[in-house]
Amino acid sequence: MAIHTVPVQRVTIVAESLLEERLLKDLEAAGARGYTLTAARGAGARGVRSSEWEGGNVRIETLVSDAVAQRLLERLAEAYFPHYAVVAWVETVEVVRGDRYV
Amino acid sequence: MEFGAALAANLTSPPVLAFALGFLATALGAELKLHEALYDALSVYLLLAIGLKGGVAISVAEAGALLWPALAALALGTAIPLWCYAVLRRLLRLGAADSGALAAHYGSVSAVTFVAALQFLAARGVPAEGFLPALVALLEVPAIVVAIALARAGGAAGGGGGLREALHEVVFGRSVVLLVGGLAIGVLTGERGYAAVKPLFSDLFLGALVLFLLELGVVAARRRGDLRRAGAPLVAFAVIAPIVHAALASLLGPLVGLSPGGTMVFATLAASASYIAAPAAVRLALPEASPSLYLASSLVVTFPFNLALGLPLYDAFARLAHRLLG
Repeated sequence: MAIHTVPVQRVTIVAESLLEERLLKDLEAAGARGYTLTAARGAGARGVRSSEWEGGNVRIETLVSDAVAQRLLERLAEAYFPHYAVVAWVETVEVVRGDRYV
Repeated sequence: MEFGAALAANLTSPPVLAFALGFLATALGAELKLHEALYDALSVYLLLAIGLKGGVAISVAEAGALLWPALAALALGTAIPLWCYAVLRRLLRLGAADSGALAAHYGSVSAVTFVAALQFLAARGVPAEGFLPALVALLEVPAIVVAIALARAGGAAGGGGGLREALHEVVFGRSVVLLVGGLAIGVLTGERGYAAVKPLFSDLFLGALVLFLLELGVVAARRRGDLRRAGAPLVAFAVIAPIVHAALASLLGPLVGLSPGGTMVFATLAASASYIAAPAAVRLALPEASPSLYLASSLVVTFPFNLALGLPLYDAFARLAHRLLG
């Protein structure tokens, strides 16, 4: 018996950890109902960000509807992309109990 | 010559040599980085230890002695960013955001440089006022606020959160909370209470400082590449500004009733540039400012300069000022 799954959007944001609190507020404001946050290290257009000294990075993942994903990306583009080290991407994923996320 | 002897003794002190070891080893490719959790714990330990010791000293001193030095600290903390900002904008032709960011760093203080100054005096048996840690907390806050406000007035764009968020970052940042909290505990518990925690917070202090400076050497070495981006004029600023600030504070010291030792520490505080509280606040409030500029100048140039050459120099300044004005 196959378990029933529903497609939702997974938005992943990797950002300098200084922005953690701000981003979580934005997530809530956009309508996300939960998130997973992990410490991250890596390199990108704004250079290697690997030590706690520079603040390190956080990786925030959230499962949301198309509309919420759009609102989140718009917010990131407006408030963070110009000056902060922030990367974000969206994927469609299959989840069980889809009503929990959208 | 007294300065020469002090310089030689300072250059061969364990904290300075540990910084040099961390820097050189990392520059040569060795992997010395301390675990993040240990670095965190060490910084909490050092700040709380300074606060506690200061609080105990205040508990046995008369309260009035603190007033004039505190006012002098507030005045310097407000004045330093003003002229730094003007010099950086006009002379070095930096943008509003970068000028404000650097002014915030140079007006604010480095707690580790402060500790190194206390150790420098302790090694020579020179006494210094116990309330000096309170001045660290006083100097930290106004400079950052003034500098950020200047940059905003000069046209720098704010981050999403702005000045209030930056202020929160400074006032409730680790250094101010632990220093002020430690002072309060020290005042409340007094000498009797301190005796119980002295083995941890006093006897082991210098050893912990050595470990912390080893780590700072590693971080500074990793940042050394940013110096090229900073350029010669900013490197010159990062050496000249501390000397000017220390000279000013040395003249103020005797006038507000500080001892020669206290004046030396006050001068070192004025000379030092923050690289813990200020970067976080500036990143939030002035996101356009380049972190490589302010971290390279405060951490890679000013901090080692103060640690190695500044301490004996500011000691000479303080003694000279006391001879002239005392």
